[in-house]
Amino acid sequence: MHIFSQIPQLLIYGLISGSIITLGAIGLSLTYGILKFANFAHGDVMATGAFFALAFLILFQGLGFTTQPFYPLSFGLPLIISFLLSMGATAALAIFIDKILYKKLRATGRITLLIASVGVAFILRNSLQFIWGPQPRYYIKKIQIATSVPFLGIKIKPDEIFIIAVAISLVILLHFFLQKTRMGKAMRATSDNVELAQVTGINTESVINWTWAIGAALAAAGGILAGIENKFITPNFGWDMLLPIFAAVILGGIGNPYGAMLGGMVIGFSEEISTAFIPTSYKPAVAFIIMVVMLLVKPRGLLGER
Amino acid sequence: MDVFVGVLNYAVFFAITAGIFALLCLGLNIQWGYTGLFNIGIAGFYAIGAYTSALISGPPPSPMDWRVVGGFQLPWMVGFISAAAVSGFIAFLIGIPTLRLKEDYLAIATIGIAEVIRLVLKNESWLTNSVWGIKHIPSPFYAPIQKRISLFLETNPHLPLWLQTFLANGYNWFYLGLVIFILGVIYWISERIIRSPWGRVLRAIREDEMAVSIYGKNVFWYKMQSLVIGAMIMGAAGSLYAHYTRFIDATSFEPFFGTFLIWVMLIVGGSGNNKGAILGGFLIWGIWAGTEFLTSQWGLSGVRAASLRIICVGIILELILLIRPQGILGEEKVVSRILIRKKKK
Repeated sequence: MHIFSQIPQLLIYGLISGSIITLGAIGLSLTYGILKFANFAHGDVMATGAFFALAFLILFQGLGFTTQPFYPLSFGLPLIISFLLSMGATAALAIFIDKILYKKLRATGRITLLIASVGVAFILRNSLQFIWGPQPRYYIKKIQIATSVPFLGIKIKPDEIFIIAVAISLVILLHFFLQKTRMGKAMRATSDNVELAQVTGINTESVINWTWAIGAALAAAGGILAGIENKFITPNFGWDMLLPIFAAVILGGIGNPYGAMLGGMVIGFSEEISTAFIPTSYKPAVAFIIMVVMLLVKPRGLLGER
Repeated sequence: MDVFVGVLNYAVFFAITAGIFALLCLGLNIQWGYTGLFNIGIAGFYAIGAYTSALISGPPPSPMDWRVVGGFQLPWMVGFISAAAVSGFIAFLIGIPTLRLKEDYLAIATIGIAEVIRLVLKNESWLTNSVWGIKHIPSPFYAPIQKRISLFLETNPHLPLWLQTFLANGYNWFYLGLVIFILGVIYWISERIIRSPWGRVLRAIREDEMAVSIYGKNVFWYKMQSLVIGAMIMGAAGSLYAHYTRFIDATSFEPFFGTFLIWVMLIVGGSGNNKGAILGGFLIWGIWAGTEFLTSQWGLSGVRAASLRIICVGIILELILLIRPQGILGEEKVVSRILIRKKKK
């Protein structure tokens, strides 16, 4: 009985970590679908975004721009602005890396791109390590007390409600972007069939730029939200995210952002619920096993069509 | 003379490590260079080899250890062969779900398995002694060789100091010989198999899987053999590493040292080329060791210095991909031995 009484609380944790994984997985799935290569640096892009936000936050503190936290959240306006600036900066970084590296390798095939992305992953991670050192860094040093929700037997912090709300809003924004705007439609078309998209006059280069920008901005958001949830960020965070986000993408079906959302949630819930039965340190293994089972049963993913 | 002997001793130590990396490169070359199998979980196979060998040939757990199993103190050779066998078996298990799929799935699956293996190394203390690692792994023939050396030094006490230091390091020369011998054997086998009909099928699979299956070859099974043979070589390299350093823990098999560095070595040397694999192993290990010298000159140390060196290796990889994607040596043109013989006539 003890184990099952934990489940409602674990569902909340699953929702939070699922939100974070989803934000990472969407970008990975988009680049996978449109550029046709598995970007192994995507986890480290998430970490880079988290550290960009920290850099802006420290800059604001240095400039004397500090405000009272928004009650009941544990942070105020500077972190929100850093959040938005970091999304922009990470998007710019992703486009920059594409310009100096991936674009030149695109003709040589997707496996070369894959190898290059492993290199980018190590360069990003160690740049963070070189600049910030290996020790944990904090956005907020204050500890927030979780409040109990009556009847449901769960505890949740206001910050965690913020995380879930931001993730849902970003996903809804993305949905409208993909369905309603010209660029969104062009992106979906390119993901389905590059040649056909080109024939219909879609400018694939600008589609690629948008893909990098959106993927990286969402990754940055995921990284920052993880930093708010965990209370700290380290340069190794990106590596820890790699398996869950890949598992989410494969589970949902490569190239399908809606699949990535579904996959992200499933992985988030499974990882957290597994902690009731197996040691917490094996969380990444749970994501991996789900992925292998999926590869065996339905390699196209839950929402994959072809 | 003393300085010269010091440099020489360092060179031996350098060559042993580089040789072990070159062996890993040869294993990866069979998988990636010949067959196009994208294995980025080398660290997993390498670690399995090291731990298998340590548990089979190493000492039983001491009362201070968390570990409760292993330590059968069997001869080194048994550990070495088991390391290759267990590593190959794990590769077989991974191959079943992944080898029918596109290469990037194999990449993700191997990175996943390497990560799971690392978690096991860190958490299952009954087997691996977790963070405390496995200590006192015996080096092959260490006692008899060391005994002879000390006996010789005792009977000839008036030798010059440099000769004494040189001789005291004698065991490492033996180990270097062992590593070079194994490297040579694996190199010879690799060169033979790539020129065999079997090797030609592997390269054909790399170029066009569909065409090979149309010719009636069982693509899955050939890929499986290539994956398993490569993993066995990696396991063997793990065993050589464990018996040289005599101490292993999970940190020796981090993704950078266990996987990334080896990829850079093979790509820089030239994938598809066994000489390139060995050249890359020695060259990149040389650069890695050289950057340590540089960072210490600049007064950097610890994690920061290591990060800077890893960034440097990453940039080397990207530059090679941009400027010379085939690597320094590029792929060797291999033809059947029968054709060469015919030409000579």
